Amino acid sequence: MNAPLDRGANVVATAARHADDVDRKGRFPVEAVQALKDARLLALLIPVEFGGGGAALADVAELCTSLGQQCASTAMIFAMHQIKVASLVAHGRGAAWHESFMRRVCDEQLLLGSATTEGGVGGNLRNSICAFERDGDIFRIAKEGALISYGAYSDAILVTARRAADAPPSDQQMAVLEKSQFRLERTGSWDALGMRGTCSEGFTFSGQAPTEQIFAHDFAEIASQSMLATAHLLWSAVWFGVASDALARAQGFVRKDARRHPDGPAPGALRLAEATNKLQLMRVNIVEGLKRFAKAQKNEDDLNSMSFAVAMNNVKIGSSQLSIEIINHALLIAGIAGYKNDTPYSVGRHMRDALSAQVMISNDRIFTNLSNLLLAQRIDQRLGD
Amino acid sequence: MFDTIRRLVDEQGRLSVAAATIGDDADLYATGLTSFAAVQLMLALEETFDVEFPDRMLNRRSFSSIAAIANCLQEIKAEEAA
Repeated sequence: MNAPLDRGANVVATAARHADDVDRKGRFPVEAVQALKDARLLALLIPVEFGGGGAALADVAELCTSLGQQCASTAMIFAMHQIKVASLVAHGRGAAWHESFMRRVCDEQLLLGSATTEGGVGGNLRNSICAFERDGDIFRIAKEGALISYGAYSDAILVTARRAADAPPSDQQMAVLEKSQFRLERTGSWDALGMRGTCSEGFTFSGQAPTEQIFAHDFAEIASQSMLATAHLLWSAVWFGVASDALARAQGFVRKDARRHPDGPAPGALRLAEATNKLQLMRVNIVEGLKRFAKAQKNEDDLNSMSFAVAMNNVKIGSSQLSIEIINHALLIAGIAGYKNDTPYSVGRHMRDALSAQVMISNDRIFTNLSNLLLAQRIDQRLGD
Repeated sequence: MFDTIRRLVDEQGRLSVAAATIGDDADLYATGLTSFAAVQLMLALEETFDVEFPDRMLNRRSFSSIAAIANCLQEIKAEEAA
């Protein structure tokens, strides 16, 4: 028995019921997110002592996969929320305001959004132009051109900025601002190929709040110690759900075909075998990544090491590429029945949703960072630990 | 050694201030050192001091200050001499 998954069963069913409508209209999956709140799953990662579920990241990943099989937008919103929660837990402990906010996330099932990008930094979230401008116990912030997924539906947003007006672009901090403390001015729409329900619109974000809402840890630490790993692992879990559902549909097609033509397997059967191999690679990539993160969490130097950064970046690259290959195989297997949007073998939405994987943090940007890290980090030639 | 490290930090670190103006223990990341520049700095240190940074030193802390870098270099030299 897996308790979070049991509690998630109703959410998954709700997400499935509205997935096509969410995709077609490009609307926020309000029903599924409400179901997540009703099942108290938004607090899944928060330790029990603060009123949360105290679940392991692997349990959250499993739920991301289950949701991803039905509605990738809901799954991605759930994943992105949990990435913010992971940072809150890892870096907010010991800070009175953040601990009390954690309790409120549990009690009120607050949905957390993220404003880490900004116009003019070329998609590099480790650079900020805007700054926290302190005035006594209060700070003000104004961030332009921020792409904020489900920003209009977030109960609080975690935002990055330079430490102060005279700090270099890479010297960043992160703060939590609640809905009553920020204002969003929509500057860009979200009429996208896939992941249409994430409503990742462009905004000018402005607000002010007490300085105690700024995390004491530098954003560099937050990025490398909690965000990098949880983002790449949970995103990958979502894509695994999307890819595995596409392949399950293709298998249904092959089985139906085999019953009709008992004389021998259709050509698609070989493709299915080939694709299950890719699916297995994708699964072990993610599971190994989850284990690597759990191990690194016990050792701060490991968490801050280049080898850990290389491993997590490779998890993302691998699963984003494999998901598209697997869904393409599913399409080849089911043929026109897969290409059409109204059959049990349709994989069009799967493909459109999964194509986001290679551009949400561009794989080319990650390869560039990886190639730099590999000027220092040696190739790991061991099979085991 | 500290003067040479400071010169390389100036050349590779892309800091917002001159290395001569920051203390041995000052946080280089707070003055603008990025992980990208840290790798470039490491390559320059390896070339100049004729050493190789072992994997266990490839973390954020090793390049966090002039003193941290000097400690790493001394540790590597000591291991080579042993």
